[in-house]
Amino acid sequence: MNDKKWIIAGIVVFLAIFAFPFWYNMGKAAPAPEVKLTEKAKAAKQCVMPTEYMRAEHMQLLDVWRHNVVRNAEREFVNTEGKTFNMSLSNTCMDCHANKADFCDKCHDYASVDPYCWDCHLDRSKENE
Amino acid sequence: MNKHYLYALLAVIVLFFVAYVGAEVFGLRIIFGVLIPYLAVIVFIAGFIYKVMGWARSAVPFRIPTTCGQQKSLPWIQPNKIDCPNSTGAVVIRMILEVCCFRSLFRNTKMSLEEGDKLTYRWEIWLWVFALAFHYSFLVVILRHFRLFTEPVPFFIQLLEKVDGFFRIEVLYDTIQTGLPGVFLSGLVLLAAVTFLLLRRILLPQMRYISLAADYFPLFLIFGIAFTGILMRYFTKIDVTAAKSLAMGLVTFHPTAPKGIGGIFYAHLFFVSILLAYFPFSKLMHFAGVFLSPTRNLTTNTREKRHENPWNYPVPVHTYDEYEDEFREKMVEAGLPVDKPFEKPPETLSDEKADSSA
Repeated sequence: MNDKKWIIAGIVVFLAIFAFPFWYNMGKAAPAPEVKLTEKAKAAKQCVMPTEYMRAEHMQLLDVWRHNVVRNAEREFVNTEGKTFNMSLSNTCMDCHANKADFCDKCHDYASVDPYCWDCHLDRSKENE
Repeated sequence: MNKHYLYALLAVIVLFFVAYVGAEVFGLRIIFGVLIPYLAVIVFIAGFIYKVMGWARSAVPFRIPTTCGQQKSLPWIQPNKIDCPNSTGAVVIRMILEVCCFRSLFRNTKMSLEEGDKLTYRWEIWLWVFALAFHYSFLVVILRHFRLFTEPVPFFIQLLEKVDGFFRIEVLYDTIQTGLPGVFLSGLVLLAAVTFLLLRRILLPQMRYISLAADYFPLFLIFGIAFTGILMRYFTKIDVTAAKSLAMGLVTFHPTAPKGIGGIFYAHLFFVSILLAYFPFSKLMHFAGVFLSPTRNLTTNTREKRHENPWNYPVPVHTYDEYEDEFREKMVEAGLPVDKPFEKPPETLSDEKADSSA
C-alpha cells in the first residue's frame, strides 16, 4: 500500500487544528484588560481586602458574604485591618465599583467567566444611565 | 516497591520542583513561561512529523488486518461487514468506531484459574470504561483551555464550558471552601481516571510485571498536570487574567511573563511543556499510530483480490526448469526423477552403440 498522500493530508489537518490559537489570533494583540476604577474607588485606595487577594479570591469572599447574610443574618464584615463593612454586593462592592461594564465584565469576558451574581442582583449602573 | 514506577514518580517530582523553584525563587519566568513552552511546541511538531513520516515510508507489503468476524466469501454465508470489512467504506466505519469508541479495548478479557486449575476467560470492562473517561475528559480539558488562548473566546468553547460546568458544586464550611469558580466535571473525571489507570499498573501483579518507567511516567505526568490545574482553580488560586495574558502573549508572538502567577502555575505549564516535548518519542504517539495500524485500516479482501507486493522489483531468478536443464544428466545418473526425459547428445549415442556392439 502506498498511502503517503493520505498520511500527509492527515498530518496537515492535525497541525491546522493544533495551530488553531495561532491563526485564530493572527495579527491581534490581546493584552490583559485594565480595569477602570471610579473616582470613589480611587479615593478609597484599598478594597475590603488587599488587591492581590481580591483579584484571585473575590468570588470566595462573596460566597462567604452571601452565606453569612442569607443563612446567619450577619451583615457585618470586619477585615484584617479591623475596618467594618456591610456585607452587600449591591450596596458595598458596587457602591465604589459602580461601573460594572468597565470593572467586573472586562476581566470576566476576557477569561470567559460567566458569574451568576447578576441573575439576582441589579446592575445599578444601568439605572443611572 | 518497584524501581520502574519509583523512577517515574521521582522524575515528575523533580520536574515539579525545577519549575516551582525556578519560577518562584530564582524568578526565571521568561524561561519557564516563554522559552520552554515555545521549544516544547517546536519539538512536538517536528517530532510528530518525523515519526509519522517514518511510518509512512515503512513498507506494508501484506494485508494483515485482524478479522473479528466472518469474511465475505460465498453468497449464502453472511459476512460481518464492519469487523471483517471488504470495502473502503466499511474500513472507514471500522476506523471511526475504533478511534472514537475503542472497540479493541472493549473486547478486553481477563484470564484466571478458577476452581483449582480451570483456565477461564472473563470479559473485563473497567479498562475500557476508564480509558474512555480518561481520553474524553482530557480532550474536553484541552478544548476548554482554548479560552486562555483565544480572544474573543469562540462560542463553541463557551458552550463546552457551560456543559462542563453544569453541576454547580459549592462547598462552604469553616475549614474548607471550594467550588468557586464553578466546578468543571472534566477535570475531576480526568484526575479520577488517570488515578485508576495508574493504580491498575501498580497494584495488579501481571500489569506491574510488564510495565516499565516509560509506562508510568506519562501517567504520573498527566496526574501532575490535572492535580496542579485543580489546585490552582479551586484551592490556591491564581490571577487568571495574568495567566491568560501570558498564554495570549505566546500565541500572538508578543510573549510576556507577568507577575502575580505563582510557582504552581509555572509547574503546571512546565509539566505540559514536558508532555508536549516527550509526546513524539513515547507510547503516547498511539494518538497518530491508531490511524496507521494495518491490523485495523486495511480491507479484508485477501480472497477476493490478488494483492501483489507494490515494491516488487526484477530479481534474478533461477527457475526449476532452468535448474533441471543444468543438472539433468547428473540427476539421471543419481537416479532422481526429472520432468523432461534425458536425451543423450548424438556423440554419446555413437559411443553407446560401439559399447553395445562390443
